[in-house]
Amino acid sequence: MNEDQRLIQFEARINAGEKIEPKDWMPEAYRKTLLRQISQHAHSEVIGMQPEANWALRAPTLRAKKILLAKIQDEGGHGLYLYSAAETLGVDRAEMIEQLQQGKAKYSSIFNYPTLNWADMGAIGWLVDGAAIVNQTMLAKCSYGPYARAMLRICKEEGFHQRQGYEIMAKMMAGNDAQKAMAQDAMNCWWWPSLMMFGPHDADSPHTKESMQWKIKVESNDKLRQRFINRTVEQAYHIGLTVPDPKLKYNKETMNWEIGPINWDEFWNVVKGNGPCNHKRMAHHIKYHNKGQWVRDAAIAFAQNETFVTAL
Amino acid sequence: MENANTQFQQWEVFIQAKNGSPFEHAGSIHAADKKMALQNARDIYTRRCEGRSLWVVPTNAIAATVAEEEAEFFDPADDKIYRTPNFYKMPKGTTNL
Repeated sequence: MNEDQRLIQFEARINAGEKIEPKDWMPEAYRKTLLRQISQHAHSEVIGMQPEANWALRAPTLRAKKILLAKIQDEGGHGLYLYSAAETLGVDRAEMIEQLQQGKAKYSSIFNYPTLNWADMGAIGWLVDGAAIVNQTMLAKCSYGPYARAMLRICKEEGFHQRQGYEIMAKMMAGNDAQKAMAQDAMNCWWWPSLMMFGPHDADSPHTKESMQWKIKVESNDKLRQRFINRTVEQAYHIGLTVPDPKLKYNKETMNWEIGPINWDEFWNVVKGNGPCNHKRMAHHIKYHNKGQWVRDAAIAFAQNETFVTAL
Repeated sequence: MENANTQFQQWEVFIQAKNGSPFEHAGSIHAADKKMALQNARDIYTRRCEGRSLWVVPTNAIAATVAEEEAEFFDPADDKIYRTPNFYKMPKGTTNL
């Protein structure tokens, strides 16, 4: 079979709704796009532990602390599921981490914003994880088997992330004026960056068409963003939060909440490395990756000692 | 396996949800040895009581079929419908069969 015939067969399988598995033939562009997307997704989960870890030692109650630690552990686990899925495409995890640390691979820009008050923990769970769930529920239908399966598992686990975040916000909105102000401040900080998580508008997203043709994505950025907005605006009103968008209005015909223009200059500026925490996030990742070297060395030395291995 | 010295070798994880159930593939992990593989598999795949028993198998020990050869590989079973009960016609009124 030549390449053209293989491509026709590949696309026929995709159109029939079949999943592509690691050892199946796939076009190089499909493999490359998936690898970029899955590794970026994995890096985001891992870097996303940092803004939350900032509050692990300062959570207001023991209950809050337990929940936060469980959530951070989940994010680490999600990163590992995704690295595993990416590895099925033939790249070693060590290589992906190297690309991240050298700035050749990206992670979600949202994690380049700081978490200055406790309400930011609420906003991250409710808004950032909420946006991620909308995106990931779509990706669970992706044509690449290992990615779709990782997404299913992640979506199941993220349900609690979003609810615990909304609970924090609701509690603060039921508190005193200072607490309400903190919650509103977090809403103001995280609302627009959450909307940007869905990526550029469809018209400005060059990869969307091919990704949708091969069912790497099954819905467009704008459609997913709108779904998130519709859900979230009502949740905000429900606990008395104001959406920081003076142009926000409800369209009775389309039944959509329509937003004002997104500040894409800010988005691209943060993507390019000029967000408030870009440097800090990467420096931290590199520092602790290097600090863990002796643990890896010790584990390898232990495994290579046959006396110990046979004793296991 | 390449880079095994920095990231450890890869293992496939199988979970048994409850006693008597089949072991099902959950995903993969990295670990330096069997004990670490079991602990990592527990931490990564059973944080919510998904299983009570685990298997870990080095990934490079697994052989797999590929979709391209699927038709040819499995076709010996294609024309053997007589292996299923519905192939047989029972006389009218037969019960308990």
